[in-house]
Amino acid sequence: MSTLDLAEAKGDGLTLVTMVVNGKKLELRVDPRMSLLDCLRENLHLTGTKKGCDHGQCGACTVHINGRRANSCLAFAAVQDGHEIVTIEGLGSPGHLHPMQAAFLENDAYQCGYCTSGQIMSAVALLEEPCGPTDDDVRDFMSGNICRCGAYANIVAAVQQVRRGQSKKGEP
Amino acid sequence: MKLFELERASDPAAAIAAAVASPTAQQGASIRFLAGGTTLVDLMKLGVEQPERLIDINRLGLDGIQEQTDGGVRIGALVRNSDLAHHPLVKKRYAALSEAILAGASTQLRNVATTAGNLLQRTRCVYFRDIATPCNKREPGSGCPAIKGANRMLAILGTSEACIATNPSDMAVAMMAYDASVHVQAVSTERSIALKDFYLLPGDRPDRENVLEPGDLVTHVTLPPPPVGEKSVYLKLRDRASYEFALVSAAAAVVVSNGNITSARFALGGVATRPWRVPEAERMLIGQVPTEPSFRRAADLALAEAKPRSQNAFKVELAKRCIVESFKRAGR
Repeated sequence: MSTLDLAEAKGDGLTLVTMVVNGKKLELRVDPRMSLLDCLRENLHLTGTKKGCDHGQCGACTVHINGRRANSCLAFAAVQDGHEIVTIEGLGSPGHLHPMQAAFLENDAYQCGYCTSGQIMSAVALLEEPCGPTDDDVRDFMSGNICRCGAYANIVAAVQQVRRGQSKKGEP
Repeated sequence: MKLFELERASDPAAAIAAAVASPTAQQGASIRFLAGGTTLVDLMKLGVEQPERLIDINRLGLDGIQEQTDGGVRIGALVRNSDLAHHPLVKKRYAALSEAILAGASTQLRNVATTAGNLLQRTRCVYFRDIATPCNKREPGSGCPAIKGANRMLAILGTSEACIATNPSDMAVAMMAYDASVHVQAVSTERSIALKDFYLLPGDRPDRENVLEPGDLVTHVTLPPPPVGEKSVYLKLRDRASYEFALVSAAAAVVVSNGNITSARFALGGVATRPWRVPEAERMLIGQVPTEPSFRRAADLALAEAKPRSQNAFKVELAKRCIVESFKRAGR
């Protein structure tokens, strides 16, 4: 058979994966059942990415895979071989915030903050997507990210501010 | 989640050879192809699907969108839903398909979900997804709590006394209206199946949802060229404006010439056990003027066989209005 048994090499049931996470090339051995979300949080200690529903319904786990946003809870880590992953930790850093992070702060676009990293990862991806100009267009494109605190109005304002190029770079 | 073996297929033949050993390609398959995973991984977490082996087919190619010499389009099985929805040819010639895809799920899911995976996505019936309850689709013969239970979202057409689960796809509804064909590669054969013959009615075996057999790999979908001058729309009615499954949806495509309808096609979503088409209702529209009474007569016929349950009688009238409104919008 010409399929490649990904766990065969060592016979320990773990799969060898090479991923680039936030610009760093990493070699990992993962259980095939492990989600990319759990791999990021538990193995790599990148806990900025959150687990909400764990079923692709809430968007808290949103990361960028090869430049496109995806729910990391519905992706097996073992099939990410060769992929580039960007998480909220790879977007900016204290003192050097991504304009979208700065805009979320400026617009008070969160309350408890649990959904925020997913919101920001989606919002950053949206900047490169064919999203229409109106607030309703933004609401539609952001609908995969649920905010239980209901910060939606301010989230839309933050996204629109960045799209209009009005956000200051770095710390607000 | 139950442990499984993960393999990566190097080419379609290897994927097919690996999958043919599964006793079934339907509910409970022991070997599954893994593409985007947005349905399968979810169902594996719930314990609804418990495959022993997964064949990762993400590196097989099968991800092109090509215009055909006859003016139709060929869509690779692994084309991601976002790429299909935003493709210029699809937006121009098959507008209802683009609109249907964008009306479904979220950008995160559409970026990952594939053409074939969308065709094969599973019902959102809460009993199917909850392994603590009986479900004839998940465990044949165990019963259907939905028939007297939470059935507001469920089907009124194509149902049986064993199952009233709704097919949840938006994409497949538009493809049904566009007379799509599904192309399948098997161990030593290839075949093409009209989408209208691809899905099975639940009958007494709702665990069998389509005609796929073990080792069958969907390679691509084709759409024939639309009739000259056809205009189409997808109208989806739901509980919230975005990121919600349809209560009722319609893909409607119409050609009007000299004030009369010369071609009319439509399919319904959210109301049936598979994407639903009623050819007699379409034929009724030919030669008619494109006005509300004509569309209403076709809609009445389309829903004539509807069998609502305790919570979803509202869908009968809603579906009729959805048909009428979608044709009015298509004709504009």
